[in-house]
Amino acid sequence: MDIVNIIILALLVNNIVLAQFLGICPFLGVSQKTSTSIGMGAAVVFVMALANLVTYLVYFFILEPLHIEFMITITFILVIAALVQIVEIILKKASPSLYQALGIYLPLITTNCAVLGAAILAITKNYSLIQSLVYATSTALGFTLALVLMAGIREQLELTGIPKAMKGFPIALVTAGLLSLAFMGFAGLVK
Amino acid sequence: MSLFKEFTKGFVKENPLFVLVLGTCPSLAITTSASNAIGMGAAVIFVLTMSNIFISLLKKFIPDKVRIPAFIVIIATFVTIVDLVMHAFTPDLYSSLGVFIPLIVVNCIILGRAEAFAQKNTVLSSTLDGLGMGIGYTLAIFAIASIREILGNGSFFNMKFVSPEASTILIFIMPPGAFLTFGYLMVVINKLKAKFN
Repeated sequence: MDIVNIIILALLVNNIVLAQFLGICPFLGVSQKTSTSIGMGAAVVFVMALANLVTYLVYFFILEPLHIEFMITITFILVIAALVQIVEIILKKASPSLYQALGIYLPLITTNCAVLGAAILAITKNYSLIQSLVYATSTALGFTLALVLMAGIREQLELTGIPKAMKGFPIALVTAGLLSLAFMGFAGLVK
Repeated sequence: MSLFKEFTKGFVKENPLFVLVLGTCPSLAITTSASNAIGMGAAVIFVLTMSNIFISLLKKFIPDKVRIPAFIVIIATFVTIVDLVMHAFTPDLYSSLGVFIPLIVVNCIILGRAEAFAQKNTVLSSTLDGLGMGIGYTLAIFAIASIREILGNGSFFNMKFVSPEASTILIFIMPPGAFLTFGYLMVVINKLKAKFN
């Protein structure tokens, strides 16, 4: 029950983009086309799950025993940046086809605040290792869900006559607002 | 460009939020009250100015290949300082800004200014650039937060000016209101820009 709760909360009720405002930059930047948004989403799911696993271990096996919890921001961002680099190098060698699909999105992820945000939030919420992994995966899936929905809407918006002052970011933000309004309907799904 | 222009360009012409569209995450999340916006703005001004100063001081020593990790370490250091200071002196603000204080590290404004400005310019102009951009960012989030707090909560700087039983437009204080306010403010700015250019 606990695990199911975490999944529903992270995926729908507290959607990382539409309710918690993390990862807005890629959400607005890479949501022009459905195909690219799925690629970005897959890369985020992969990196976020891995990053939460590694940062969890770093926090509880290095930072806490040494009583340097205040170093959390510096260590986590470095761990994530290094991780993204390593994933990129391994993918390039081991699976060129996957690298082709995800490659261009990987460098963008270092500056995706959703990854650092989920890693820090999992620590502040006192999750266990399993819970943290579940939380990261479903948060990333929630990010993908929002991104793909947004891309679908924006593809349609391309065909409509939008006032000049609203083209680009403004209309995307208003669309995101309406999406977020729709996601508020999920509140109360779980306690 | 004169130093004065370096300082003021971030206010309107190159406003980091409305024109360059950098650092959108915290500007949507913490703009539920004007005092939050001022707190966040102060933190960003401090981190942006200090990291600009240090990056422009160290620009000759940082090898080009590892400049991004080096910048991130410098930025993260100042973010940690802000985090600890706010935790100690303004606990209420600290708890309402929450995870968005450590997340200043990945705020694209700061890395963006380091990359685009501080690593190529003198210490003095980088300082002014950091201050100006920080103030421009603060003005922008203050505008969003004021609209949201006044319409959504009927208050300004946490002082209520409507009776407690009056119903306010709650949607503005909730997540959708953030997107809508930001979106429509940007429309207004685009309109004004088109008119004056």
